[in-house]
Amino acid sequence: MQDNVGQSIKRLESESKVSGELKYLSDLKLPGMLHCKALRSPYAHARIVRIDSQRAAKFSGVEGVLTRDDMVDNPHFDSHYGPVLKDQTVVALDKVRYVGDLVAAVAATRLDIAEEALDLIEVEYEELGAVFSFEEALAENAPLLHEQVSKPEHGFVDLADVNPVEGTNICTTFHLSKGDLEKGFQNSDFVFENVFTCPSAQHAALETLCAVARLERNGGLTIWSTVQNPFVIRDQIAELFHLPVSKVRVIALNIGGGYGSKLYPKLEPLVAALAWKTRKPVGLTLTREEVFQTITKHAAEIHLKTGVTREGRLLARQCRIYLDTGAYAEIGPRVAKKSGYTAAGPYNIPNIQIDSCLVYTNKVPAGAFRGFGVSQSAWAHESEMDLIARALQMDPLELRQKNLLEEGGEFATGEHVHSFGLRQCVERVASALQWGEKCPPPPQKHLARGKGMACLIKATITPSISSALVRLNEDGSATVYVGTADVGQGSDTIMAQIVSQELAIPVTHVQVVHSDTDLCLYDLTTSSSRSTFHMGRAVQLAAQDIRRQLACLAGRLWNCPVEEVLFANQGVRCVVNDVVHAASYRNLLSASFGIKGANLVGKGTVKTEAVQRNGEPLTSAFWFAGAGAAEVEVDRETGSVRVVRYASAADVGKAINPFFCEQQLKGGAITGIGLALMEQLVYQDGLLINPNFLDYNLARFLDIPEEIIPILVERAHEEGPYGAKGVGETALIPVAPAIANAIEDAVGVRVTDLPITPEKVLRALQEKEQKAQLLEGPTPGRS
Amino acid sequence: MTRKKIILSVNGVRNEIEVEAKETLLETLRNRLDLTGAKLGCDQQVCGSCTVLMNDLPVSSCSVLAMDADGCEILTVEGLGAGGALHPIQQAFIEHGAFQCAYCTPGLILAVKYLLSRFPRPTEPQLRHYLAGNICRCGCHVEILQAVRSLARRAQENQL
Ligand code: FES
Ligand code: FES
Repeated sequence: MQDNVGQSIKRLESESKVSGELKYLSDLKLPGMLHCKALRSPYAHARIVRIDSQRAAKFSGVEGVLTRDDMVDNPHFDSHYGPVLKDQTVVALDKVRYVGDLVAAVAATRLDIAEEALDLIEVEYEELGAVFSFEEALAENAPLLHEQVSKPEHGFVDLADVNPVEGTNICTTFHLSKGDLEKGFQNSDFVFENVFTCPSAQHAALETLCAVARLERNGGLTIWSTVQNPFVIRDQIAELFHLPVSKVRVIALNIGGGYGSKLYPKLEPLVAALAWKTRKPVGLTLTREEVFQTITKHAAEIHLKTGVTREGRLLARQCRIYLDTGAYAEIGPRVAKKSGYTAAGPYNIPNIQIDSCLVYTNKVPAGAFRGFGVSQSAWAHESEMDLIARALQMDPLELRQKNLLEEGGEFATGEHVHSFGLRQCVERVASALQWGEKCPPPPQKHLARGKGMACLIKATITPSISSALVRLNEDGSATVYVGTADVGQGSDTIMAQIVSQELAIPVTHVQVVHSDTDLCLYDLTTSSSRSTFHMGRAVQLAAQDIRRQLACLAGRLWNCPVEEVLFANQGVRCVVNDVVHAASYRNLLSASFGIKGANLVGKGTVKTEAVQRNGEPLTSAFWFAGAGAAEVEVDRETGSVRVVRYASAADVGKAINPFFCEQQLKGGAITGIGLALMEQLVYQDGLLINPNFLDYNLARFLDIPEEIIPILVERAHEEGPYGAKGVGETALIPVAPAIANAIEDAVGVRVTDLPITPEKVLRALQEKEQKAQLLEGPTPGRS
Repeated sequence: MTRKKIILSVNGVRNEIEVEAKETLLETLRNRLDLTGAKLGCDQQVCGSCTVLMNDLPVSSCSVLAMDADGCEILTVEGLGAGGALHPIQQAFIEHGAFQCAYCTPGLILAVKYLLSRFPRPTEPQLRHYLAGNICRCGCHVEILQAVRSLARRAQENQL
């Protein structure tokens, strides 16, 4: 069938997407909905001495103002929440911790009224000392962001060991070691030490964050939100408002891009509290600037020390990682852990020590960002690989080939990796760019070309759980219910393809109901490149559950063994004593139940555990491998860098929709180019000075390489549906180091601090020239 | 607040609407006419997700005052197809899978419409230059370029 698994069918919602009819949350209005505006802190760190909202509350058109006064001793809802640590409050209580922190909010009949009323809220602050860098935050006697932090009662299992270090700004630490580090360094012929840094960045999903809450008559709450993990929001709101989860309904419509920015509570507690206070639906859509003030990517400083033999065998690697999580932990502790696991890179290194440290600063909170901490650690280990190769005068490809983690190899975590096509990824991106052949010199003398590559390993969140329901309707069509949010990646279509494959139903007869906590079974999250592997498999199991039921019905009807029932063309078939029996699902259902209207329901659950069957720890249900290679052109006069060609490879296990997988590879590469060359949040004394698309640059059509080559490697995973794994994050991760490595190949300079701006390249070129002059010795007549 | 009645012809339909002084064309389209195809992305005239055609020229409707559009002809994505059928540009976007989340798509489709009306067979630099005002964060540029090139090829074939 054309719709089957492995076919590049079009997104099911394609027509409504090009016609502009597809509704995103901010396109909808609830009857009687109030508009909300938030008052934000002008200080990076300050005590709130006094807050008076009386004038604002009396302003005509204002229906409610939320301040800390609503939070004190309120039996209906708590003040604190947070996915890992309860360090966030619905609005500020005693102090504010970054410029943009929520102080109060107004709900009014019109947006402009809400905005005007903000000016009437009187707040008196007492400024406190603030910390903006790792050094400041970790200094002795540094001002503390959080004096005390508590944990949620029912937190994530994989983060149970997260503990803030009391009396410091350390939000959490992570440690991993393997082998004997010191011995490893002793046995090495060379030891390399480098520091790599990357700045905070913005997800920049074109649709800003938006949430609407409505208080129901029965005391329950319905929340519509631009959210990638509705069940996490449901649980957090239920805990905050002391409600059973059955009384909280969270719905995510189609989402206009997420990339990690739309995970975990952002606006939901605020609109829910205002809906509770005003007894009316309340909606809040953030402005672009407010999105910049709400969530960012972790800035990082990574210290690497690597011991290598003369032949290029990596013997020991020590990684010290500092991650800036801003004012609140958000999901930072998991980022610290995930980037920690992979910090030594996808290599077979016998002696490893990894320490990451997640630090609070008075800046915008950082959370999940496509790549989840691994783009930061890969920036370091992949840059260092090329520095080592250069020092050993070895081809960077060869150095990687010598050390690559292979199928069945032991990873830093002590577990053995399976379904791990890293070598193919590395070798195929190399050959796609004719590795080993010199780039043809550009016609202009000031231009130079070079090639570079990088590779990666990433984990997916483990343990985790996803369940799916499939309903076979009375006419033989199917409806599938998944908690997965379609953020554009095409999950709806993938799920429909799986149902289509299992039940022999055309995809056009499969309806996907998604990301509604009242209709769908629990799904942990749409992130971590986990949906196809987990939810895809759950859908497959649910569809197989229906197959079993259909086979039983057919078996009973025709007196045939259930194993011999075949499925084709929306119907069943069976040959009994040379007699062919066949019936459409519709006819089988009405014949079996004697009435029109009987449905079948299938259920599937995928649950991964932290321990494997053989007793080995399982830090990731599957590991994903990928690689990227760039050919760049560097302008020696301006320092500007242009990516000419880019090859992007990922081991996807099995491409259920190859076009979608390739889109992830191309799209991730493009975002990666922006992050590598131009993206950076700039702060001045704690004030974010480029919180908009005018001052924060993103890759545009002029920055797109002449050619992007997506390469799919398919090394099936035994637990994925048809062998499939995940692909959403792979492509972005290797881009920056591949580009930095290509720049060094082109002009012989190394940039270790992202983004690689023309200024940095130019400065490095000048320094190189000065050094060369010094080596040539004093020029005559000067000494 | 100053209000004024303006006449706006949108997708061929004449509207008489009272708008406020600081109201943008995007707000009028979305809030008063329920045409939500054009999206707010940056509110700064840099992302292109609010692009509509005003008297056949592309504008960022987030940065045009509704009052300044008085008497103009506006085309939004909703007005593109004829009689329920999709416009060839929309078809090409589907054919080449030129979107993921599609938040940028309505604006891009109108930018492409203008580009092709000016240069039915754009050169590669023209193509990239004319679309540079539209951001796609999902990174569908390669597919979008393919879609536009396919339309240009078709224009050429039709001319031969
Ligand atoms: S919203 Fe108008 S250009 Fe971005
Ligand atoms: S398709 Fe998502 S921004 Fe373009």
